[in-house]
Amino acid sequence: MELQFYHILIPFLPLAGFIINILLGKEVTRFNAHWPAVLSVAGSWVCSLFTLRDVMAGKIIDADLYTWIVSGTFKVSVGFLIDPLTAVMLIVVTTCATLIHIYAVGYMRGDSGYYRFFAYLNLFTFCMLMLIMGNNFLLMYFGWEGVGLCSYFLIGYYFNKKSAADAGKKAFIVNRFGDFGFGIGVFIVFLTFGTLHYADVFSNVSSIAGKTVSFLGWNVDLPTLIALLLFCGAVGKSAQLPLHVWLPDAMEGPTPVSALIHAATMVTAGVFMVARCSPIFNLSEVAMNTVAIVGAATSLFAATIAVTQNDIKRIIAYSTCSHLGLMFLACGVGAYAAGIFHLYTHAFFKALLFLAAGSVIHAVHTNNIQEMGGLKKYMPITYAVFIIAALSAAGVPGFSGFFSKDEIIWSAYAAHTPVGKLVWLMGTAVAFLTPFYTFRLIFLTFHGENRGVHKAEEAHGHNPHGSSHSAHGGGHNSHGHDSSHGSHGGRHIHESPKIMTIPLMILAVGAVAAGWVGIPPILGGGAHFAEFLKPVVGHPEFHGTHAEEWAVMGLSTTIALCGIALAAFMYLRKSDLPEKISKQFSLIYKVLYHKYYIDELYNYTIVKPTYWIADKVLVAITDAKIIEGIVNGVPGAIGRFSQKLRKVQTGLAQHYGIFMAAGAFFIIALALLLR
Amino acid sequence: MVPLSWYMLLSIIVFAIGVFGFLARRNVIIMFMSIELMLNAVNINLIALSHYLQDMRGQILAFFVIAVAAAEAAIGLAIIIALFRNKATAHVDEIKEMQG
Repeated sequence: MELQFYHILIPFLPLAGFIINILLGKEVTRFNAHWPAVLSVAGSWVCSLFTLRDVMAGKIIDADLYTWIVSGTFKVSVGFLIDPLTAVMLIVVTTCATLIHIYAVGYMRGDSGYYRFFAYLNLFTFCMLMLIMGNNFLLMYFGWEGVGLCSYFLIGYYFNKKSAADAGKKAFIVNRFGDFGFGIGVFIVFLTFGTLHYADVFSNVSSIAGKTVSFLGWNVDLPTLIALLLFCGAVGKSAQLPLHVWLPDAMEGPTPVSALIHAATMVTAGVFMVARCSPIFNLSEVAMNTVAIVGAATSLFAATIAVTQNDIKRIIAYSTCSHLGLMFLACGVGAYAAGIFHLYTHAFFKALLFLAAGSVIHAVHTNNIQEMGGLKKYMPITYAVFIIAALSAAGVPGFSGFFSKDEIIWSAYAAHTPVGKLVWLMGTAVAFLTPFYTFRLIFLTFHGENRGVHKAEEAHGHNPHGSSHSAHGGGHNSHGHDSSHGSHGGRHIHESPKIMTIPLMILAVGAVAAGWVGIPPILGGGAHFAEFLKPVVGHPEFHGTHAEEWAVMGLSTTIALCGIALAAFMYLRKSDLPEKISKQFSLIYKVLYHKYYIDELYNYTIVKPTYWIADKVLVAITDAKIIEGIVNGVPGAIGRFSQKLRKVQTGLAQHYGIFMAAGAFFIIALALLLR
Repeated sequence: MVPLSWYMLLSIIVFAIGVFGFLARRNVIIMFMSIELMLNAVNINLIALSHYLQDMRGQILAFFVIAVAAAEAAIGLAIIIALFRNKATAHVDEIKEMQG
């Protein structure tokens, strides 16, 4: 099938929206900037639906738009590959992006950078769509770096606030580490295959099986090398250990950004890439086990941190880390379809969690769940959708998160390898922690007595734009959030406006029902999702009986329900218990509360030495001595010499005359002597 | 018949007087005249050699030198007059604005 017009429109509509807003935003569109933004993304969404229809009809499109770079044998074109995997990603990205754009209209209303916000959001959507639609590695790399750049713009959106600007830089720099590996991986792919086009690479991929190359002096297995280098990029982008540190800090950005970039789409790029490159990963057992173990470790690690955090968005951010870990776990045991399935269901319930959290923050103007409580009666819609999202995230049967999570855990178990069993155990532990911290968040936010309203309202009353609104960029004085909502003055927490709650309700439907396309056969479904993706990512071999499958499912479900029950017991019944436990196990609590001191570790092992080298070597020696020595020394020497030489210019005609005569004499003498 | 070497000796003497005058005297007019001496020393040389070698090119070149000298005298004198009007002096030691 030829590339259709609406296929091309998918990425380029948001690009058009970006161009309109970035060029005209300041003067023309201003507070109407949401029209081009929302309409362009909604247009992409409609085009994506048409594309899904084409793909469901069995059509796979791999077509070039034009040749981008030609240099010797190196040839790269801008072209799109539209297959089931792309179609799924298109639906995930455009659906979430559209709803979040609409939500942002309400959330960002009156902000001084309104047009800028929507322009970046559009640019981000464009880059993400290029990443998933590209038919070669370079185009993926383009999108990959593009989303990283937009992430930097959007995390540092409140750039007046130091913590936000720092968080933006942190995200960008940490991602650099991963992208470096990814870049080298792409180079090696080109050196090995002589092309970057997916179709050419993956059709020849079997030729590299078992080959070894010398890399940095070691003989390494070529598929392992490529797969691990590509996975480096995924580790950075998808916030896995040890490069996860940027994601929680990225919560400095506005909440719609957190929802779009740091939950639903960008961070899933790593999982998408691993699934896309599955033919390479499949060749290397080492790489697969690394993926599985890194994923499982991150999942467990992030889940344990989330248990102790108090910032509503950080908890959800760690939850994202944890769920991304599960996706990698699935990819690592060969169940790519399960990983992508979880990516798809996760996008809905995680975007919903974030947007609902945004709605809460919008109402109470704090991120600290210890200052919330009892919001249930003020914000019924937010409460309802939050519960739905949490049930889905927790993997309660019937909700979409259940089907994908269950499939991952079952795939890990059924892989019947030592690594598979290990990651299954870790995944099951996560299945307990996820409901626990999610419901801890809900009980502390929505149930019980309100613990911080009066304080928040006082601050609110005295200082409508004040720094107490950490979520909205404290100190960002032109931020007109409150002036446009007069009802805030009524000292009353209220539900968010319709433009915010309607996207929430639509996402809630997705959080419940999105998973129904992938109900496993054992529950009477057809596993349509896995079947749909099978042509791209294949299907792992399962060796498990139905009884085992029931047992695994039953175990993870029971454990999830136990998690919810424990959270209810600790935070509803015996609300003094958490404090006692944290006192009792203060060491563990402290380690978890400080996120395993990873930030501190990096600070001392990487940041400080880098600063030291910059300060003591680069500034003091290289810059001050060498560079400035040359730059200032050469003109200085010339200047001093010239000071002496200018004395020759006496201004007296006779002196010039004698020089001329002497010169003439000298030249004649020379000519005679050298004849 | 006067031998060629006499002409050349004359030429050298006139040229040397010109060089000495240019370097030793401070009056601009005198220095100017010294330059004319040097040019004419060259002219003597050119014509003597032209006759000796039976080649007309030397005489043609001498005419060019005379033409150039005339043009130079016109411009040079104009500069000197302008200088004298501004500075009320024709002494080169007092004219050293171009000092480095």
